[in-house]
Formats: sequence, C-alpha cells, structure tokens
Amino acid sequence: MTMVTAKGSIQRRLMVSLLAGAALLAVALFFIVQSLARQLAEESQDNILLASATSILDASAVRQGELVLDLPYSAFSMLGNLSDDRVFYAVRFGADFITGYSDLEDVRGLGEARFETRDYLDEPVRVVALSRLLSISGRPTKLTVIIAQTRNGQRETLERISSIAATIGLGFFLAAAGLAALASRSAIRPLERLAVSVGRRGPQDLRPVAAPVPSEMVTLVAALNRFMERLKVSLARSEEFIAEAAHRVRTPLATVRTQADITLRRVDKEENRAALREMIRAIDESSRAAGQLLDHAMVTFRSDNLEHSALDVGQLAAEMVDRLHPLAELRDIDLVLDSTSGAMISGDTILIQNALRNLLDNAIKFSPAEGTVVVSVRRLENQVLLGVQDQGKGFPAEGRDRLTRRFARGSNAEGIIGSGLGLTIANEVALAHGGGVEIANNRKGPGACVTLSFPSA
Amino acid sequence: MRYLLIEDNEHLARAALDRLSLDGHVVDHANSLSSAADFTATTDYDLILLDIMLPDGDGRTFLETHRTHADATPVIVLTARSEVSDRVGVLDLGADDYITKPFDFAELEARCRAVLRRRVGAARNLKTLGRAQFDSLAGTLQIGDTIITLRNRELRLLEVFANAPGQIFPKAKLLDRLFSYDEEVSENAIEVYVARLRRHLRGSDVVIETVRGLGYRLTLP
Repeated sequence: MTMVTAKGSIQRRLMVSLLAGAALLAVALFFIVQSLARQLAEESQDNILLASATSILDASAVRQGELVLDLPYSAFSMLGNLSDDRVFYAVRFGADFITGYSDLEDVRGLGEARFETRDYLDEPVRVVALSRLLSISGRPTKLTVIIAQTRNGQRETLERISSIAATIGLGFFLAAAGLAALASRSAIRPLERLAVSVGRRGPQDLRPVAAPVPSEMVTLVAALNRFMERLKVSLARSEEFIAEAAHRVRTPLATVRTQADITLRRVDKEENRAALREMIRAIDESSRAAGQLLDHAMVTFRSDNLEHSALDVGQLAAEMVDRLHPLAELRDIDLVLDSTSGAMISGDTILIQNALRNLLDNAIKFSPAEGTVVVSVRRLENQVLLGVQDQGKGFPAEGRDRLTRRFARGSNAEGIIGSGLGLTIANEVALAHGGGVEIANNRKGPGACVTLSFPSA
Repeated sequence: MRYLLIEDNEHLARAALDRLSLDGHVVDHANSLSSAADFTATTDYDLILLDIMLPDGDGRTFLETHRTHADATPVIVLTARSEVSDRVGVLDLGADDYITKPFDFAELEARCRAVLRRRVGAARNLKTLGRAQFDSLAGTLQIGDTIITLRNRELRLLEVFANAPGQIFPKAKLLDRLFSYDEEVSENAIEVYVARLRRHLRGSDVVIETVRGLGYRLTLP
C-alpha cells in the first residue's frame, strides 16, 4: 500500500488565517483606542484651556479709557482640576505686554481661538490664544490671552489608557484564538467523521456514503461514491474475469479430453492407445495447471481484499470431505474426517475451501490405492489447525521449505501430474489469514502431513 | 440407467451422450427448459443432469418446479463457474450434487454413482449373474446368503465384465477403465483386481477366464 503524503493541514491553515486576522484586529483595536483616547484628552485639555482663557477675557473690560484686568482665581483652578501640570500665561493688549510670562508668544493664525502644541521651557506644552477687540478711546484694540499648560497629565492618562487598550487587544486576541480553534475543529469534524466511517469499512463494503454531509463536501462525497461504484464494478469484473478465463481455457480442453477418452475406448492398436494416453495426460496437465494458475490468481486477488466472516473450520472441512468422497472413492481411498466442534476462525470461506481443496487433491493424488487420507480439525491454544495426512511417499527430506514456492515440486513427485502450485496456494491462504503452513511427514508410518494454522476467532 | 441431460452446449452435450452411452446408460438430451419439460412429462428418469444457463431460462427455475412437483428423480447441476453462492443456491433448491464445468467424466460418473446410490432403491439395479446377484449401485455381490461389499475398482471392473458377458477385454483396456491416466500402473495391477474378483466370485457359477494373449472374459453358466 502506498503512503499518502500529507501536505499542509486544512485545520492548521484555517487556524493560521483566523489567528492572523485576530492579531491584525487586536493591533488595530489597540491603535484605534489609543488615538481616540489621545484625541479625547487633547480635546478636553483644549476645552479647559479655552474656558480658562474665556473667563479671563470675560473678566476684563475698558473703564474710563483704561483697561481693567482682573485674573479670576477660577481661571487657573479649573486647569488644576485636570492634573498637576504647570500653567503659564500672558496677556497682551495691542502691542503692549500686560502681565504673565513675557516670552510666551502668541499663536499665529486667524480666528478668535487658536491652539498649538509647542515646546516651552524645554517641555511640550499645549497653548491656546484667545483674542477679543476692545474699544479704547474710540480705537479698537486687540486683547489677547495666551495660556499654556504642560502635558504630563495627559501623557500619564494616555499611558494608562494605552496599557488598558493593550490588555483589551490581548484579551480579544486570546478569545479569538480560542474561538478560531473551536471553529476550525468543528469545520474539520464532518471531514474526520467521513474519514473514520470510510476507514472503518470492511474491504468488501463498497456501498455509497449515505450519511448527510455539509454542502461543501457534497462534491467530494459524490466523487467518492462514484469511485467506489467503479471499484465495485471493476472488482466484480476481475473476479468474473478470473472465473471466465479458467472456464475459457478449460472448456475446449475438456471437449478434447472427452473425445480422446471415447476414442481410446474404441481403438485397439496399442501404439495408438499409448499415443492417446499420452495426449490425455498432457491435456489433464494443462487443464489442471490452468485451473491452479487461476486458483492462485484468485487467491492473490482475494488476499488483497480479504473478506472476513465468522466461519466454522470443522463444518467447512466436513462439507469438503463430503464433496470429495466420490473422487477419493474412484481410487479406493478412504477419506476420513477427524474434527472437533467450535473451531471458529474469522476468514474468507472461498479461500480456505480453495486451500483445503488443493491439499486434498494432492493427498488423493499421492496416496496409494486403498490408502487413507485424514482431514483433521483441531483447536490448540488460540489457534485452529487444519491438517491433511496421506499415506503416500511423503515429502523428500531435502528442500522441503522450498515447496511452498511457485512451481516447486518434490523431487519424488515425478510421474504424477501437477503444477506445483497446490502448496503455494495453501501457504498464501494461511499467510493472508495471519496463520502459517507446516509441511512434514507423518511420525507414524509413511506419508505426508500438511497443517494449516489460523488464529481462532 | 436412464439419464436426462439438459444442456444447450452442443459439443458438451454430444460428448456427454457418447461417453455416458459407452457406460451403458440411455441418455435423452434436451437443449432447453421447455423441451426438458416435455421429456420429464412422458418419461421416468433415474437421474437428471441440469445446466444452469439455458436459452429459455435459468436451470434453477426448473429445479424449483421439479421439487415442488415432488419428483424424486435426483438432479446433478452442471455449473459453469466455481461460485460459492451458486453452489449453495442449487443445493438449497434441492439439487443432489453439482459439478463445475468443465468436468472430467470420471468425476461425473463417480458423482452420478454416489447420488444414485443414495437416492435410488437398490432393487432397481440388480443384475443376475448365474447364482450371484450383483448390485452395481450398492456395490454388493450376493451369493447365497453371503453379501460381499466390493471396493470401487472391484465394482467397476465387475460392471465392465457383467455388461458384456463373454466379451474379451484386453488388459490395457481394463487398465484405462480402472485407473486415471496420471497414475503410473503396470498391467499387473489388473491381475490383482481380477484375482480379487475371482476370490469374491468363488462359490458362484460365474468365472472370469484368462484368454491367453488376449485378456479376460466373464462366462456365465
């Protein structure tokens, strides 16, 4: 059987793409939260700065041609509410510097309120400049309030929010990873179920998959079903072919054989008779060889597709003995069954029948007239032993282990028709069932003893 | 014995007819189920040889009707393939035995003999040889009160002689009748079986004579 090379895993690929998506989302979430927080913090600082500047502007007026400026306490206390940041201010009236930090410059630009972030005294500050026109002695003059505040508090807030955002992002990623694992596993589950249900099938079970599958798998399962249908047809065809081939080869041989047989009865001249006998022997040999070759092909074919069913070796042996009785009788050979009950194994009936049939053919062929062939069925520990004993010449002492090879024949089998496949077939059947074959001679008396062993069910 | 052969393959049918009549059987041949029905309606057979695949139907249908009519004639099915399900099928339907085509006639004969021995009353096939009674189905030879059971080859040899009393059979021909061609046997083997038959026939008035240089023959009183 060829190994399937795995390349990539659907589950892993699904998992990786889901995790990559989750990571991307988590990072994006982090940055969005962070920038929102920065924007909010900046806006609130700007609002307070603006409110503070407005309250200073509101508290200033021109009275009797003089600018009256009163810096309300609340203007600075509201800035303190936000954080402990340092606050700088400057008030300018027209070209004159009125009060505050003289080097705190105005924010360039148009409009009433202008904002800027800049460095002041080596610290980043947020600056607001708010102007209003006051009329003094009939001349409009611009009063500008400039307030700056360091951004330490805002930075701290931002840092806090960032760390919260990072935690949220990480949490999101972990939750998404868990969900991704679940999702990819559940996505793959119908595929696994299908694999298990197909894998668990017996070798002869080629029924189409009937259980409902997700719509994405319908094409695959339909293809699988079609494939199994084709396999079923081609398996049936091979088996038919083997049988048909045997039939085709042997039928004309049988016709010739019968004609030769009939002619032999009518012909008197000894030379002709000898020739006919030679012919019949040759036909028998080809017919038997063809039969055994096809038996062998059948065994090889079925071993690859072994069908396991519970079978009683004792009963199988009894049926076979019964069946071969008339053939044994032709040679005055007694066919004896020595069987035990409950010799159950799990196996392929046709194969084991085939093996026994071949062993019995051999035994009957090699037995002397009026001999006895014993078929025995025994249980030994967790094995079932199926033995065939004859009273023939037995196996030669040398090269006995060679006999299960194809076309190998015992050195003392000369003059007896055979192709040397019988033991090969028996051996292969035993091996296919996880058993073995023992080739020996009888301990008491002459004759061969072949024993097949099968693991009991 | 009267056989009905239901088989549509002409070659096989002719060979079977020739071969079975050589053994002294009377064989009718039907090449379809309908002609088989005509034969069985008018004649009683000892044995039916039935092919499964016939031009006008399945041999198993014939088997079924045959059995429902309580016809006791034994049936041997000739199957084309060695399919187990086929075998089980025909035996379940009441066939007495089956043989897988192509078959060796020696095997067919052996199976016919086994089935007939099981199914047909012994009296049907009694042959009187002088004072001896020979039952070729049961394989027994009765002389006075003694009943001798013959082994298969003794039985077949006696059958050859009893079917043609007075005819001389050369050893070589007898050898071919008794042994299969894959057995290495010398003509002496025949002498062994003839000697046994002579011993069995002692006490009867039937003799197996040696005709010097020609063979053997059975002579009735």
